[in-house]
Amino acid sequence: MDNIIKVLIAKPGLDGHDRGAKVIARGLKEAGMEVVYTGLRQTPEQIVRSAIQEDVDVIGLSILSGAHSYLFPEIMNRLKKADRSDVVVIAGGIIPEDDHKKLKELGIKAIFQPGTPISKIVDFIENEVQK
Amino acid sequence: MSKEDIDKLYKEWKNNKFDKTAQRFGERKKEFKSDSNRTVKPLYSPLDIKDLDYTNKISFPGDYPFTRGVYPTMYRSKLWTMRQYAGFGNAKETNRRFRYLLEQGQTGLSVAFDLPTQIGYDSDYPLARGEVGKVGVAIDTLADMELLFDQIPLDEVSTSMTINSPASILLAMYKVVAEKQGVSSEKLAGTIQNDILKEYIARGTYIFPPEPSLRIITDIFDYCSKEMPRFNTISISGYHIREAGSDAIQELAFTIADGIEYVKAAVDIGMDVDEFAPRLSFFFNAQMDLFEEIAKFRAARRLWAEIMEERFKAQKAKSKMLRFHTQTAGSALTAQQPMNNIMRVTLQALSAVLGGTQSLHTNSYDEAMGLPTEDSVKIALRTQQLIAHETGAADTIDPLAGSYYIESRTDHLVKEARQYIEKIDELGGMAQAIETGYIQREIQENAYRLQKEIEKKDRVVVGVNEFIEEGEGKNNNLLKVDPTVEKEQIKELNNIKEKRDDKEVKDALTQIKKAAVNNNNLMYPIIKAVKAYATIGEISDALREEFGEYEAQYI
Repeated sequence: MDNIIKVLIAKPGLDGHDRGAKVIARGLKEAGMEVVYTGLRQTPEQIVRSAIQEDVDVIGLSILSGAHSYLFPEIMNRLKKADRSDVVVIAGGIIPEDDHKKLKELGIKAIFQPGTPISKIVDFIENEVQK
Repeated sequence: MSKEDIDKLYKEWKNNKFDKTAQRFGERKKEFKSDSNRTVKPLYSPLDIKDLDYTNKISFPGDYPFTRGVYPTMYRSKLWTMRQYAGFGNAKETNRRFRYLLEQGQTGLSVAFDLPTQIGYDSDYPLARGEVGKVGVAIDTLADMELLFDQIPLDEVSTSMTINSPASILLAMYKVVAEKQGVSSEKLAGTIQNDILKEYIARGTYIFPPEPSLRIITDIFDYCSKEMPRFNTISISGYHIREAGSDAIQELAFTIADGIEYVKAAVDIGMDVDEFAPRLSFFFNAQMDLFEEIAKFRAARRLWAEIMEERFKAQKAKSKMLRFHTQTAGSALTAQQPMNNIMRVTLQALSAVLGGTQSLHTNSYDEAMGLPTEDSVKIALRTQQLIAHETGAADTIDPLAGSYYIESRTDHLVKEARQYIEKIDELGGMAQAIETGYIQREIQENAYRLQKEIEKKDRVVVGVNEFIEEGEGKNNNLLKVDPTVEKEQIKELNNIKEKRDDKEVKDALTQIKKAAVNNNNLMYPIIKAVKAYATIGEISDALREEFGEYEAQYI
């Protein structure tokens, strides 16, 4: 059981678009991962708390509202404070290319554009999480 | 030629010509399916529409069941309203974009609000951090709305506002701004989205539970029927249902089922259907399957007309007319090879025009990556102008009527949507069906199916899974919302709070709570509160206290 990768799919902020989050959640499940979906309107604090409680290996952040520049640093800082920077954080949604560099410097491992095949995300996660 | 003769000839053609040739050369696909996963036959003929009665099911433009259009002259008298959805940053900036669009020949306004506004939070609320002015314009008080419509004559333009849970507040603000411009309420034209059911299903900006939400909606119906007779009180939206991953049949069925729920709610409180139904409007998506989309718009008109007559015994023709806005599909835009989106939008817009839309928003090609720039918005608007003036598509009414394929698809869509609606009836209506998660599950299933089809290349998306170029998808020319907007907005909000009469605000908020409890129409006290410069957060909080908040179940 212990080698199953556990993922938290989270919707930070007030954004209500969760088609992508739900499709990814289902795709990762079918790839054999254990997936928890937070639902909408999660604060950075709630997301980090859920991630720690559920003891996940990966957090997938989905955002289309443009609020990532504020919310993602908050999440990364809280993870750091909780000494859980080992959790692999990835992101997807509508995140302009210009912002990618900054977000990656914060420790976000990958930012997936719309149109990314789920298999590519699965491969990425399996590579990052050595179990 | 008699039907029997055609049948005989068709069989001969099918067996001797088509099948033989197809066997010899093969077909491109194992099976041909529409976007809704329905089989598409190699050929449609008079046989496919032999049972379709022209008078009852198709008829003439402006005549029941309005399959061919709601107005007798359609675009020969007046083109559809070209209405680009816009809003970002603060009211001043958005006002500039509005005036730019009007200068470019746009004929109506469409306001995008930021998420805090849409969920009834002020810009200084903790959950609003990072969201102020991002997906739309930030509105806290009447002062922002005054700036938003500065120098825009509200008696000349119509304004659509994408606002749902706090629709009553924004409607009140619009009315008061117009009043200050010297424009009386009965002259105001436009639409508030005001469609809460699809927020629970697909879009997520709900505040209150379904019951009080429906009550606010019927208060608005009642208020507008008396005070703002030209305003569309709701825009019953399939758009977001489709964006969330439904197919065309589900979009049609769930939207009409939402409509049924709203009409029921208003009739249940004793309103006469012909008093409010003429002001109901609809909002659909234009996706990539050109013919199925055209059929969908035609089917929507027929289905609604039939339901208004059968179920609600509507008398006025206007009560049975489905008038609708269309937006091209955001979910069809690709981040890869973004210029391809211009062609996608063109085809989607064409389907809306051939389907008889009353107004249209065309997406900008760069929207899979961020907010559109002035230049990309201009191309989107020009796309509509080009269809309107160069193609001839607007010169004859419902030009595809009588096409064996279009008529047969239209009829099938009506029938299939009816089956869904029956199922929803069995579950106790749309509110119940949403509560059980049935609707959300149906949409999610389809969203996943579409994703898998793309990944298996059963569905080709140019530039995404075929005809791929390496290193494309970069666009560094996106619109950026000024990062100081949030701070400035909060500063302005505090200024207003300093200047206003606190007692007047407090009294107005108390009256809102009273009206909420006593079941009096909420619009009147909300207008009072708005005039006193009460904030959207304060008014929403007054209602939250009485109505509580909705909590979504995740499945």
